[in-house]
Amino acid sequence: MRVIDRRLNPKSKSLGNRQRFIRRAKADIREAVQDALKRRKVSDVEGAEKVRIRARSVREPSFSHGNEQGKRSYVLPGNKDHQVGDYIPKPPSGAGGAGSDGSPDGEGEDDFVFTLSKEEFLDVFFEDLALPNMEKTKLAKMKAFAPARAGFSSDGAPAKLAYTRTMRNSLARRIALGRPRKGEIQALEEALFRAEARGDVAEATRLRALVEALSEKRRRVAYIDPLDLRYRRYEMRPKPTTQAVMFCLMDASASMTEGLKDLAKRFFMLLYIFLSRHYEEIDIVFIRHTSIAAEVDEDTFFRGVQTGGTVVSTALEEMLRVVEERYPVDDWNIYAAQASDGHNFSDDMERCLQLLNGDILPMCQYFAYIEVVEREFARSRFASQLWAGYRDIDDPRFAMRRASSPGEIFPVFHELFAKSSAA
Amino acid sequence: MDDAMQSPALGAGGLLFDGPEWNFELVQRVYDACAEIALGEMGLDIYPNQIEVITAEQMLDAYTSIGMPLMYRHWSFGKRFAREETLYRKGHRALAYELVINSNPCINYIMEENTMTMQLLVIAHAAFGHNHFFKNNYLFQQWTRADAILDYLDFAKNYVSKCEEKYGIEKVEQVLDWAHALMSHGVHRYIGPRRQSADESRARSLARLEYEEATYNDLWRTVPKGEDGEGSLTRGGAEASTLGLPEENILYFLEKHAPKLADWQRELLRIVRRIAEYLHPQRQTKVMNEGCATFTHFEILNRLYDRGRISEGSMLEFLHSHSSVVFQPGFRDRRFGGMNPYALGFEMMRDIKRMVEEPTAEDREWFPDLAGTGDSMAALREIWADYRDESFVHQYLSPKLIRDFRFFTLEDDAEEDDMEVSAIHDEAGYRRVRRALAKQYDVAAHDPRIEVVEANLSGNRRLLLRHTVINERLLSKSETEQTLQCLANLWGHRVKLLEVCAETDDVLVEHDALPRPS
Repeated sequence: MRVIDRRLNPKSKSLGNRQRFIRRAKADIREAVQDALKRRKVSDVEGAEKVRIRARSVREPSFSHGNEQGKRSYVLPGNKDHQVGDYIPKPPSGAGGAGSDGSPDGEGEDDFVFTLSKEEFLDVFFEDLALPNMEKTKLAKMKAFAPARAGFSSDGAPAKLAYTRTMRNSLARRIALGRPRKGEIQALEEALFRAEARGDVAEATRLRALVEALSEKRRRVAYIDPLDLRYRRYEMRPKPTTQAVMFCLMDASASMTEGLKDLAKRFFMLLYIFLSRHYEEIDIVFIRHTSIAAEVDEDTFFRGVQTGGTVVSTALEEMLRVVEERYPVDDWNIYAAQASDGHNFSDDMERCLQLLNGDILPMCQYFAYIEVVEREFARSRFASQLWAGYRDIDDPRFAMRRASSPGEIFPVFHELFAKSSAA
Repeated sequence: MDDAMQSPALGAGGLLFDGPEWNFELVQRVYDACAEIALGEMGLDIYPNQIEVITAEQMLDAYTSIGMPLMYRHWSFGKRFAREETLYRKGHRALAYELVINSNPCINYIMEENTMTMQLLVIAHAAFGHNHFFKNNYLFQQWTRADAILDYLDFAKNYVSKCEEKYGIEKVEQVLDWAHALMSHGVHRYIGPRRQSADESRARSLARLEYEEATYNDLWRTVPKGEDGEGSLTRGGAEASTLGLPEENILYFLEKHAPKLADWQRELLRIVRRIAEYLHPQRQTKVMNEGCATFTHFEILNRLYDRGRISEGSMLEFLHSHSSVVFQPGFRDRRFGGMNPYALGFEMMRDIKRMVEEPTAEDREWFPDLAGTGDSMAALREIWADYRDESFVHQYLSPKLIRDFRFFTLEDDAEEDDMEVSAIHDEAGYRRVRRALAKQYDVAAHDPRIEVVEANLSGNRRLLLRHTVINERLLSKSETEQTLQCLANLWGHRVKLLEVCAETDDVLVEHDALPRPS
């Protein structure tokens, strides 16, 4: 008999199988996320790591008997009071008495839930997407600096003294130069004292000279010499900005129906998840507008209905105001997504373009305009006010798309961020 | 080694171990003590053992890959892993304590988390119980080759991964998917696998050639041939006989005759078929195999305890897990999930021992050849070698056990609203219950009987299959359509499946599938 310890064998032997499985279940995983988008708030959509996989999408079919027809007999244990000829009602399908008739390998056809790691989840979700202008982000945003440890130096502020390193140097030097120990000198002094007490003059003289020599040496070789001192050194290193702010701008006038708002919400959520893969910290600012704009909380943003006209530039102005107040451009990556049904005061377009081209686009990483339209208008060639106006913007940071049903949101999002089209 | 282990009480005849911690030396010592009883006293006959210590994750991994130590990569194993892992992490299901591979040497996995008592239990259960069964049961001898399986799996794994590199993961996965769908119809049920090595088959064709040369007679050349000569072999009845139709091993048939498959695809089919063959005996001997192993560990542990070699604490721990393993809830119980093979197997083995050693009048009447013969181990060893679940239950389920389990039979007709109790544990019902339970373990009755009956190789290349419908039990529609699709994809042309009533030969349902290029 041999005993072999396999515990240290390479771990995650099953990883290959897991990846293959996830690839297989991708359709389900996408759907699960779509569901999550509907239910959750924009900012906690990331928590959606549990995925329900429907049995049918990962079904392994085989030839087997159906349960709808035919006769069969079971043998069951645990009969308490039944006699021959008794009738027992059938259990609801799939449960109880028919237990012996399960599939051969004991696997039912139930859905099952399994946990996807956050990485896997997002990987599946954004498989072909890349953040636009990432290169530029890195270069342009290296403005924040943070101190980082960078070895030791021989001078510095006392507060930065590196004790261990200093003491190590001191010890090495003391050993190398043979600094006498206190105990050594004391022993000699005691011997001297005894010699004097005995009246042994020759020995006392010799010892006295020795004690003096050692004490002198001890004085000359300091316990800690300025040479030993070491200080922790810090360097200011440029720190890539790891925070982003996402502006959600939405038309809140009555023409935006619940359905259209839902579409917009999905888009915002996608953008949020997407950004959260790239930044440690993300702020979201919700700005809704009619003929006036205001920053609101999420509930109000999606639920509230206001009456009034539609003046888009007010929202852009509000965004500029918030940026100025709270999000210095040097420290924050700024993303904006505007959702609207396309209505705007015709006189306002000029002002909008001026704001976008002049102020907003230069400071943004990306500005996406998504036009949500009722399905019946989706195919019409009619260009809305905003669409017609925005069409002329020529800036790689700006993109616009149209969507009319939830199913289109992901493709649209995908299109906007697809790697190939990244500027 | 621990100091505690060297205390005098733990010497040769004393306790084997004390406390829950295990180490390699203890495993060895416990193994030797088990071997003394299992081989010396119980007369078991085993393959050499190899015990491997693994972690929980490795255990999950191993038993989601159909319990094989090496396996090719496939998403379905990932699916099983994900499912089991979720259940395990939530605490819904405990991990199997052990896993044992029917190989030579016999590989036993034990988990590092187990206590020493559990390691002992696992060693007694798997390294002796299962091991003996693997080596001696006729089905395993007939269907599996314990000394070659690990090499074969290694080959299969490498072959599949090479194919993945060469043809892409998706292509390989497709073929494996299709083949897995037909796995339940990938064995020659009635004759066992042909065990002809390449050498043997070469020798045989050489012998045939020599025979032809030796018996050559020029006269045969002058005998006029039929009009279509050898060409006729590919048509009609002659075709069926060349192809060996009807053929119940669909995977085998496709591997040999599917017109459009590439060589590597055929090899993949072969791999899946070989694994199906390897697993075939296990499906047919669940009750016996577990019964044998559970009986063996129960005997060994009890004898060790009687001789004062394990402490009372260990014994209690053992009994606790033993009794949960052999627990059989009744059919009204919420925990009921079908017959527990451990429970039935263990009780039957114990019952046989009882009948051999202390028979009652009833036993003498029912089992005249067994009752009171005296040597229970000899009787059990013989039974373990010569039976499978169906025949075992049919032969040895005693009236006493039927009463103990309170078995009864239920007739379920899909057209009725209620199920009828047709037999219970009484004089009139014993035989009926026993027959019905045996049938429940008959794999051949469980899997639908489907055969390839006709293959047109020269014309439209249609493949025709026949499902023999017994007791009006038709195939499940959606499953069948999907499976047939897999079959059609492999065959490369139209495939038709007729469901034919066994008694009247009426065609009840027709399924049809065309290959779907992907």
